[in-house]
Amino acid sequence: MGITRYRWRRILNGFFLSTSVIATLLGLAVLFSILTTVLTHGIPALTPDLFTKMTPPPGNSGGLLNAIVGSLIITGIGIAVGAPIGVLAGTFLAEFGRGKWLTDATRFISDVLLSAPSILIGLFVFTVAVKPVQHFSAWAGALTLAIIAIPVILRTTDDMLRLVPNDLREAGAALGAPQWKIVVKISYRSVRAGIVTGILLALARISGETAPLLFTALNNQFWSSNVNAPMANLPVVIFQFAMSPYDDWQRLAWAGALLTTAAILGLSVLARILLFSPKERPQ
Amino acid sequence: MTPDMIDDIGPRNGATSLIRSPDTGRGISPPLNQATAAREIEQPPVPKLLIKNLCFHYGRHMALKSVNMTIHDRRVTAIIGASGCGKSTLLRTMNRIYELYPDQRAEGEILMDGRNILEPSVNLSHLRSRIGMVFQRPTPFPMSIYDNIAFGIQLYRRVPKAELDILVEAALTKAALWTEVKDKLRVVGSGLSGGQQQRLCIARTIALNPDVLLLDEPASALDPVSTEKIEQLIDELRADYTIIIVTHNLQQAARVSDFTALMHLGELVEFGETQTIFTRPTDRRTEDYVTGKYG
Amino acid sequence: MTALDTTNGTLSQGFRTQQIADRAFRGLTFLCAVIVLLTLGAILVALAWGSLPAFRAFHFDFFTRSVWNPVTVQFGAVAAIYGTLTTSAIAILIGVPVSFGIALFLSELAPLWLRRPIGTAIELLAAVPSIIYGMWGLFVFAPFFARHYQPWMSAHLGPIPVIGQLFQGPPLGIGIFTAGLILAIMIVPFISSVIRDVFQTVPAVMRESAYSIGCSTWEVVWNILLPYTRTSIIGAIMLGLGRALGETMAVTFVIGNAHKISASLFTPGATISSTIANEFTEAVGDVYYSSLIALGLTLFIVTMTVLTLAKLMLLRLELRLRG
Repeated sequence: MGITRYRWRRILNGFFLSTSVIATLLGLAVLFSILTTVLTHGIPALTPDLFTKMTPPPGNSGGLLNAIVGSLIITGIGIAVGAPIGVLAGTFLAEFGRGKWLTDATRFISDVLLSAPSILIGLFVFTVAVKPVQHFSAWAGALTLAIIAIPVILRTTDDMLRLVPNDLREAGAALGAPQWKIVVKISYRSVRAGIVTGILLALARISGETAPLLFTALNNQFWSSNVNAPMANLPVVIFQFAMSPYDDWQRLAWAGALLTTAAILGLSVLARILLFSPKERPQ
Repeated sequence: MTPDMIDDIGPRNGATSLIRSPDTGRGISPPLNQATAAREIEQPPVPKLLIKNLCFHYGRHMALKSVNMTIHDRRVTAIIGASGCGKSTLLRTMNRIYELYPDQRAEGEILMDGRNILEPSVNLSHLRSRIGMVFQRPTPFPMSIYDNIAFGIQLYRRVPKAELDILVEAALTKAALWTEVKDKLRVVGSGLSGGQQQRLCIARTIALNPDVLLLDEPASALDPVSTEKIEQLIDELRADYTIIIVTHNLQQAARVSDFTALMHLGELVEFGETQTIFTRPTDRRTEDYVTGKYG
Repeated sequence: MTALDTTNGTLSQGFRTQQIADRAFRGLTFLCAVIVLLTLGAILVALAWGSLPAFRAFHFDFFTRSVWNPVTVQFGAVAAIYGTLTTSAIAILIGVPVSFGIALFLSELAPLWLRRPIGTAIELLAAVPSIIYGMWGLFVFAPFFARHYQPWMSAHLGPIPVIGQLFQGPPLGIGIFTAGLILAIMIVPFISSVIRDVFQTVPAVMRESAYSIGCSTWEVVWNILLPYTRTSIIGAIMLGLGRALGETMAVTFVIGNAHKISASLFTPGATISSTIANEFTEAVGDVYYSSLIALGLTLFIVTMTVLTLAKLMLLRLELRLRG
């Protein structure tokens, strides 16, 4: 009886361990499949036209210029608004807010906001920035992306600043430095790479967001650099073109998908390199 | 240290030192070298800081109980005592660094040149430029060696580059670090060894030309060789600065200081010339601490 | 040479300016923190306000009817809610065991040199934007699934009484089940990384004492690691659930956008987020708009509740990681 029990345990062990290997292989297979799909469909669609022509009407060929530029503008404004607010809010939590209930509440809420459905944030911005003025705009799109970016940046800034040893702050104070100088010239400098990484990660995240732009920035078939009006952007264009029955449009959608994925993976890799670079760790 | 280790081994002025070096077995007396002796005659000790009825609270807990003490100008005063006796707390009241923490507060007076530095109207920044502090662990700022020194100086005034260079060199020289780092001033501060980092911190503080230097166990995180260098440095600096050093190393206190204060559970037990404290202490607790019966 | 001028002994001069600068900086950071705090509240208020017309028109029936007709202006949330809940349930049922397997492999089985690359690869899965998952799902996964697995599943699981109904129907590829599968893939990287982190916090002594009485790897995991980290793992699962509930683009591509509830999982359906994504820009009339916003409000409340509970459970893990 003892021998069969042992064998049963070994079987069970082997079973679960091999299923875990299978699970890992499945995960890797999916990643592989996704990457190859994007590459095989996207690379043939890469032409110089992509960067020189606008999005075409259905059934025609064209490019993605207005979408690419539009995305750059909207994402750029989004991060330009979101990064300072995120960094400053994170600074408050780590440097000035020790022990206050407000600090814990804000951290909690920021984390919850981090995982909130982005489409609802788009809905929110719609009700406050689109409906009242009766038109879609790049501003509204950028605002949505900023709201999505802030919790990410707040979290990394907060975490990084809390790693700065208190001795360092006291040493600055002992020299007579005012508190804002201690934060800016000592704390920030200490964890510069970490804060930048947070911003890069937020940037990667908002570059791929589609749903919130659907009814804030909407889309624009033509070239537009008017931030007060709907602006073309890659994700919405990809969505529209991919779901359509037109070959030309679908090809452009894959090209756009390739560009977006490459940009996001590139940013993520860059962020990781920066974070794990040994000379940048706080002492 | 056991009672039978106390015996007569040629002390310099006829008094028996109660502590002896574990390496050589000889009694350790304060360095009554000729220069110091000469100075003692020329410039008798003058009070620099007068601590009056100083009480300190961490929240509800009272950490310092009505401390009264005089710190003498251009002398080294050591504060010794067991862990938790309040020596670091006492040191930290003198540059009001405790005010970074809302639940810590001090009551009483500390008079420097006639002015109570604990008054709310005092400019903290200015105060800390006159009373500098070096911490237990070396704390180089995340900048180059040059910038570490320049940072403090530039807090107070705009300095043209040429003058800044001179000031940085002067500070590093005074801290006995210049020859070791003069070729790598742009290297980040944390790239130095522990002992060098601590000397950098001292240089940083000296660059502001303070009157008083507060040293909170400056060598406890360092190896013996670096410790010796720091003690040599203190010896070189004693002519120009009022130095207060907190240390848990009795031999160190005996080696470097002119005056010693013994703290116990937040109270000042005994204060006097180091020579006296270590050879003929008045209070029973002092004798117990100095001979190693507790602490 | 003196570094600064203290000869006029002015210990109080210039302090006022410094204090003002400090206070200004502090105030600025405080303001930013408050902005974050208020945003959540603002979202809730805005969504509630926008839903009012719909609630005025339908009252509580909004949550009990499955009709969704823009023409007759009759809207009910049931179909969308059903879709959201079902796809998320599938995502959890399939995703959690897979996450667990991956975490197990990476933390207990894989040789050290393999851990970093595979770990990074799994995290890359999390970086892929949801619209790419959608496209991949629609153009690659759905046809693959329809050709190879669906017929098999229909044939073998279909005849089973009661639950067999779930698996009947034509092998369309798209539908609730596929959407659930894609969601599962999307939440796997996140849950598995939290489980890995949590396994790291188990003190080495606990593992060692289990191994030293002869436990196999699996037994250590099942009997020691899991119970020790139970709360955090539940928190991670709930966090994954929160994400699955709100996921939009990937689901929109493969769910088929049909507002009905059917017995089979292989048929098209709709989720709250896919409905909003598909219809919002074409909605006309206050009631239509408002119904969509009301759907959003529902999703918001459900997600916020799940996420808050998840965070509370993960608080313990955070405290342990912070030391």
